[in-house]
Amino acid sequence: MDRKVVIPGEIIAEGEDLLPGEHTQKTDGKIVSLRYGLAEEQNSLIKVIPLSGVYSPRRGNVVIGKIENLTNNGWIVDIGSADSAFLSLMEVPRYVNKDAMEEVFKIDELLIAKIWSIGKRGIDLSIKSRGYGKIEDGIVFEVNPNKVPRIIGKEGSMIKLIKDETGCEIDVGQNGYVWITGPTTDVELFAKKAITFVTEKSFIHGLTDEVTKWFGKNAPRGVPPNNELGDKK
Amino acid sequence: MTAKFERPDGRKIEEMRPVEAKVGVVPNADGSAMYKSGKTIAIAAVYGPKKMHPQHQQNPSKGTLRCDYSMISFSVSDRIRPGRNRRAMEISEITKWALEPVLLLDKYPNQVIDVFINIIQADAGTRCAGINAAAMALAHAGIPMKDMVSSVSIGKLDKTLVVDLTKEEEDYHEGEGPTDIPISMTHAGKVTHMQLDGKIGVKQLQEAVDMGKAACEKIYEIQKKALKDTIDMEEKK
Repeated sequence: MDRKVVIPGEIIAEGEDLLPGEHTQKTDGKIVSLRYGLAEEQNSLIKVIPLSGVYSPRRGNVVIGKIENLTNNGWIVDIGSADSAFLSLMEVPRYVNKDAMEEVFKIDELLIAKIWSIGKRGIDLSIKSRGYGKIEDGIVFEVNPNKVPRIIGKEGSMIKLIKDETGCEIDVGQNGYVWITGPTTDVELFAKKAITFVTEKSFIHGLTDEVTKWFGKNAPRGVPPNNELGDKK
Repeated sequence: MTAKFERPDGRKIEEMRPVEAKVGVVPNADGSAMYKSGKTIAIAAVYGPKKMHPQHQQNPSKGTLRCDYSMISFSVSDRIRPGRNRRAMEISEITKWALEPVLLLDKYPNQVIDVFINIIQADAGTRCAGINAAAMALAHAGIPMKDMVSSVSIGKLDKTLVVDLTKEEEDYHEGEGPTDIPISMTHAGKVTHMQLDGKIGVKQLQEAVDMGKAACEKIYEIQKKALKDTIDMEEKK
């Protein structure tokens, strides 16, 4: 279905059989938008996809955060949302001396984690599964968190394309932080350029094709063949 | 009403000054907008929702809206001292009252949304321009809102009601003199803010509100267009 831009308070559609989805409200049989974004209809469910705004954490999100502070039973992590997240000491799979917690995570160090729960007390992070933990190499940069679905693409198609083209390992946090590790800094910066291109052109239809074209035009200098680095992890 | 009234700049009584609106003028902010009405230019920037600081001001039941209106020192011909003064504090509070009813703040407990409004150039109607810019900036920042807010000032010069006063008209000194009525309302027509500086009869006040409604309708369309146009622009890039 065609998407259209809506502003808060705008009537998206009228009809008793329509259902209000995310960021919408139903009043007197009219579906009204509550946010600035793109309205979309799916099986008579109307929702608005926000285009702007700060990151709002959800359970299950993979995020990249920065250690803000140490407490006696864990770490406070800044994940770019209004509330800071908490990483419990229990999440570290080995024994940690409480006097030497800095051996695991120091202030200002970066990590990739999953949001395990969101409650009244706050946001709890988990690093127990594979792929989560401290970020020690590569580059991390910020993008608009609302553009993250564009970077990932349909079923990961876009991110796979960029990974294949650059030979970098890329992790995208739902909070708008992107972590790139590649063989050289130049390749990492090239991958960053590709991702910036995606965020800038995020409204184009057939974006994946457009990105393929972009890679054709901007061949990276000194990138080794793809296959050699493809299965680094 | 009475005989034909002539405005100094030749506008019709219900005619607004030429309006220009733009969204996304402050890239660093979470949302921003510019609203220009004649010679009056307002810029609004929104930051947040973010954690409220100082902590004792946190409200655990709903989020807080904080507005800060200020006129830039060169916005008027006699340089004004920058910073807070009685007038700026009043308008900051008025702006907050005008915008708060449409915001859904209960989703953001212990958090704050900061709205900064700067008047770059002033030629009367700055609070209205500020509210219009702030409403666009809030929408642009992705804050959940029930409706948009549009604002206009209605004036009574002698016995005639006119829309969108300029400074020259505000200083009108014939007959009954000038009366200034800034009105803010939602698109649904609910008044969120109204002030009155001067004197006016009840019957004529109702007339003024109706005129404000018609003008706000026009402003709403401009705000809507400005918000929608930024997306199209990005598409063409």
